[in-house]
Amino acid sequence: MEFFLEQVINGIQLGLVYALIALGYTMVYGIVKLINFAHGDVFMVGAFVGYFGFTYWGLPWPLAIIVAMVFCAILGMVIERIAYRPLRYAPRMIALISAIGVSFFLEYFCSLKFMFGPNYRVVQRPLPEISWQIGGVTITNIQLLILVTVICMLILLLWIVHRTKIGAAMRTVSFDHDAARLMGVNVDRTISFTFALGSAMAAMGGVLYAIAYPQIQPFMGIMPGLKAFTAAVLGGIGLIPGAVLGALIMGQVETMTVAFISSQLRDAIAFAILIIVLLFKPTGILGRTETEKV
Amino acid sequence: MGSKNKHLISSIAGVIIFYVLVKAAIVTGLLNPYWQRVLDQSMIYVIGALGLSLIFGFTGQFSIGHAAFYGLGAYSAGLTGKMLGTGGIPSFLLALLVGTLFTALVAYLIGKPVLRLQSDYLGIATLGFGVIVKVALDNGNRLIPELGGATGMTGVPQVATFEWVLLFTLLAIIISRNFLHSTYGRVCTSIREDEIATKAVGINPAKYKMLVFVFGCALAGLAGAIYAHRYPFLHPSSFDFLQSFNFLIIVVAGGMGSLTGTVVTAVGWVFLQEGLRFMLGEAFMDWRGVIYALLLIILVLVRRQGLFGNKEIGFLTPQAVLTKGGKQNVTSQS
Repeated sequence: MEFFLEQVINGIQLGLVYALIALGYTMVYGIVKLINFAHGDVFMVGAFVGYFGFTYWGLPWPLAIIVAMVFCAILGMVIERIAYRPLRYAPRMIALISAIGVSFFLEYFCSLKFMFGPNYRVVQRPLPEISWQIGGVTITNIQLLILVTVICMLILLLWIVHRTKIGAAMRTVSFDHDAARLMGVNVDRTISFTFALGSAMAAMGGVLYAIAYPQIQPFMGIMPGLKAFTAAVLGGIGLIPGAVLGALIMGQVETMTVAFISSQLRDAIAFAILIIVLLFKPTGILGRTETEKV
Repeated sequence: MGSKNKHLISSIAGVIIFYVLVKAAIVTGLLNPYWQRVLDQSMIYVIGALGLSLIFGFTGQFSIGHAAFYGLGAYSAGLTGKMLGTGGIPSFLLALLVGTLFTALVAYLIGKPVLRLQSDYLGIATLGFGVIVKVALDNGNRLIPELGGATGMTGVPQVATFEWVLLFTLLAIIISRNFLHSTYGRVCTSIREDEIATKAVGINPAKYKMLVFVFGCALAGLAGAIYAHRYPFLHPSSFDFLQSFNFLIIVVAGGMGSLTGTVVTAVGWVFLQEGLRFMLGEAFMDWRGVIYALLLIILVLVRRQGLFGNKEIGFLTPQAVLTKGGKQNVTSQS
């Protein structure tokens, strides 16, 4: 029983990191209907910048997270400006290919020797791991750190989206670009802001991931990126609560598969569940079914 | 109909000239074994990419698990070839048949539920299927030791020569072209353009989507089956979702709805990847991935309709048909 509860906690830890990435996917998808395949690689860049921050530049780790977030926010805006904005009115698949191109670029460029190099690096944790025993269940300070940070970030995000002017603009643009423009919303700036916000959260996810699973390399973003996107689809893409719910499910499924079935099957079972859910609920768990318009 | 014959004759002449040139280059040593392998690989890619072109480029079904079917074809045909073990032509052809039919069957079984999904949801479901197949191939040796699992599969008789690969590539091109220029093909294009309107004229899109999905995946299976008999080493990572992106890139970069574009880009893409290896030299080898990513971004930015748009050349050009008014009209895929 204790073992099971510990797995639940491990699953929440993984799920929360996925949630940070999934939120970026879901916001970008909600606003420009684009699967931003490069998002997983922004997560990777965030992990590296954070790692450099607390290992080489001697920053305290909270500051390192903020530096990584700012860096990735700018990176996300640059990517949007160069690779997606010129294709805004092109067929969606073209923008998707551009996204795949950006993803490959980030991976291969970062694996060059003068950048991060192609090999795994072991991360020295910036804070020592402390375990507590609560009723036979072990909880570490890192799990607590992730829990608190992600919840704070979520509250901040909900506040931005629902209580600020830019958040209202985001919701308007995601509803209808042209109508938003007519109402005087600066659509380009709003989209740019969405990319910045999503990328900053991915960066935070990256640093937390590097602290929790202390091994990083330039291709590390592919699988978490894919799983986070899957999580967003699972919950209902375009919906913020959906992304969090989907990510928590993915985290649990993956952890439980590793603990009770086989670590070999972790990816297969996660995606099998996605396919099964989509078959019964084609727009995700929280998604509404859209009626076809002629 | 003079132009039709002209296209056909020039295409046959073109194929013969191509064959003679390649043979001459092999005999004179201009085309060393390495580049022969690249050439064969490029033609195998043409077969697989044609399959995705039919599914995605012409019917608009967003499938990003294409390499999974390529892998299923390779492994099932490879296993058959290895079991038969003779390395003769009949067993080679039997293995190809098994690979193609097995892939078609799996495509039918996965397509049945999954094809109901729309656009991105279909994409992510097929992507998920690709990941599942990769995991299955990685662990296949637990059920059948001959599959080799994560260490890769060896021992498939290497009987696919340049002639065989060329023959099957031509067959795949002809069959795809005839399919697209038939009533079925035109229905597929109309599904891509507007599924609801297609439904409104009394056509059941689900049937056609299924047909083209099974057909396209079977082509990927055939490509994989040939691959297994051409390259002595099969590894699951050759068939993971990153490979699916290769097929996707070929179809979009060539121009959605252009067979010519698919064929030319598939060959070009394989040669580009290998060519960069030589042009860059040892010191800049690491830059290969960066350069092809940049080329990809630049291509979509400057030419978003793809290299060929939806144009076709030569033999692949749609035939002119007589409309009711007696006026000649070209059924183009625009």
